[in-house]
Amino acid sequence: MDTNGSILKLNNIEVMYHEVILVLKGVSLQVPAQSIVAVLGANGAGKSTTLKAISGLLKHEDGAVTDGSIEFMGQRIDRKHAEEIARAGIVQVIEGRRVFEHLTVEQNLIVGAHLRGGATVKPGLERVYHYFPRLTQIRHRLAGFCSGGEQQMMVMGRALMASPKLLLLDEPSMGLAPLLIKEIFTIITQLNQREQLPILVVEQNAKLALTVASYAYVLETGRVVMDGNADQLRDNQDIKEFYLGLTDLGTRKSFRDVKHYKRRKRWLT
Amino acid sequence: MDIFLQLIITGFMVGSIYALVALGWTLIYKSSGVLNLAMGELTLIGAYVSYTFYMWKIPFPLAVVFTLIIGVILGLLTERIFLRPLIGEPTLTVIMVTVGLSFFFRGLIFLFFNTDTLVFTPPVFPSEPVRLGNVVIGQVYIWSFIAALVLLAVFVIFFQRTRWGLAIQATADDEMAALSLGVSAKFVYAAAWAIAFMAAGVGGTLLGNINGINISIGYLGLLVLPAVVIGGLNSVPGAIVGGIIIGVLQNLAGGYLDPLTIAGFKVFPGGVKDIFPYVVMTIMLLVKPYGLWGWIRIERV
Ligand SMILES: Nc1ncnc2c1ncn2[C@@H]1O[C@H](COP(=O)(O)OP(=O)(O)O)[C@@H](O)[C@H]1O
Ligand SMILES: [Mg+2]
Repeated sequence: MDTNGSILKLNNIEVMYHEVILVLKGVSLQVPAQSIVAVLGANGAGKSTTLKAISGLLKHEDGAVTDGSIEFMGQRIDRKHAEEIARAGIVQVIEGRRVFEHLTVEQNLIVGAHLRGGATVKPGLERVYHYFPRLTQIRHRLAGFCSGGEQQMMVMGRALMASPKLLLLDEPSMGLAPLLIKEIFTIITQLNQREQLPILVVEQNAKLALTVASYAYVLETGRVVMDGNADQLRDNQDIKEFYLGLTDLGTRKSFRDVKHYKRRKRWLT
Repeated sequence: MDIFLQLIITGFMVGSIYALVALGWTLIYKSSGVLNLAMGELTLIGAYVSYTFYMWKIPFPLAVVFTLIIGVILGLLTERIFLRPLIGEPTLTVIMVTVGLSFFFRGLIFLFFNTDTLVFTPPVFPSEPVRLGNVVIGQVYIWSFIAALVLLAVFVIFFQRTRWGLAIQATADDEMAALSLGVSAKFVYAAAWAIAFMAAGVGGTLLGNINGINISIGYLGLLVLPAVVIGGLNSVPGAIVGGIIIGVLQNLAGGYLDPLTIAGFKVFPGGVKDIFPYVVMTIMLLVKPYGLWGWIRIERV
């Protein structure tokens, strides 16, 4: 893909946990300005690890980028602390809807603006309530008592409060009802188009991700095994077989089990 | 009956001071998971610092403000020098370091002061008591109560309304999520220690006005342990209620159990007042190990 105009570049990065467990074995990917890019893959493929490597949260799980580099808007960020990276404009929404349970919805959102100063709180809240009108009614409720969908909206809104230049979303659809998932993904598209916000979204739900993303990477045991434009991947036989239309993720076979996979892969790339 | 009321009321007022110190303790525990066994010494330091300012003829309110400032400085230094290098170390190591800190602080104090009881002179609060019907309450209790309430209110507003207060709560709830938004956990830990030193400093100052200042303030400061156990270690409202309960129970024990005689013989050799809170703590740990409000995990509806 086109290497110019990318806001984020991962060049062949290797990630290790606890200095011994090698999890990413040379991952390269790019996020062009103003686009949505998806990272697909089964459980344990290394999707979350990829996002944490970018946001710097990895260092707080005793992980490190041991090889390769990560560039954000022309700056190397793989050695920087999570706070610096957040300050530079990369905000990660961690998987699992990690709300601050004992704070209200609105207080959760205000924490999102922590780095941006008091003057941004009011316009920020207005923007979040505009995209997530459902949060307006429950603004004074304790976050721990909200439903899963509301919590997902809250963590996304909270990230928005930080005025990100790049948003990292980790499995926003996880455990939500189909209608809600649709709503969430509609909002993801809106955020991308109206705010010109580049988004890197990780999903196990490939079908859904490929409808909003323009480009996607497929990750398997720490390697990118396939990448391409979203419509290309949607028509790809292997993707169809193994990711689309399958809801039970655990029973999926590996790409490596497909005999013709290697041949096809060469075709694609 | 009047005695009973009087014990309850003064117990409540002293309890508000314990509540203040307990809040500081809980804050450190909530945000960084450190069980701080040096809280009594923090209280002790506060008492000596404000006493020193007061003896330099600085008006009492100003002396309290200076004590708060010194508290912030000492809190930041303590966190930076002793606690930060231990982030990620086993819990027991960190606890032992706080025990070490308690001896260190106590040693430091007795480098500068001797062990005699010191008294704020001239007395800060008027000595004639206030009468409410037949109940008699020393003014020092009333003023301490007011001061403790004011500071508790300031802390509550700080936590609910300010950027840093919310950041501290957020880190206590989910450190990783807070970090993803750029909230520095290190700064939060440091802030927690600074606030704990402030709370303990004012607590020590008030206790020093009631009882005079000597090493026993340190033991009074340690009463936060039963208080926070009753409240549930990680609950701020729990710490406040726990502190007040301990104050009341302690007073009642002192008023009724200590002088208790059966057939002319004293039942207890004395000092029940001092150990009673720990007895309550032990019972609490046996029947309700998570305290009144501890570890309430919010279940989603
Ligand atoms: N903190 C950690 N320490 C050690 N291993 C980890 C850690 N986090 C993840 N892993 C391992 O790294 C691999 C990839 O995990 P992850 O990135 O969470 O996958 P995904 O998000 O694709 O499900 C898994 O095998 C997992 O066990
Ligand atoms: Mg994951």
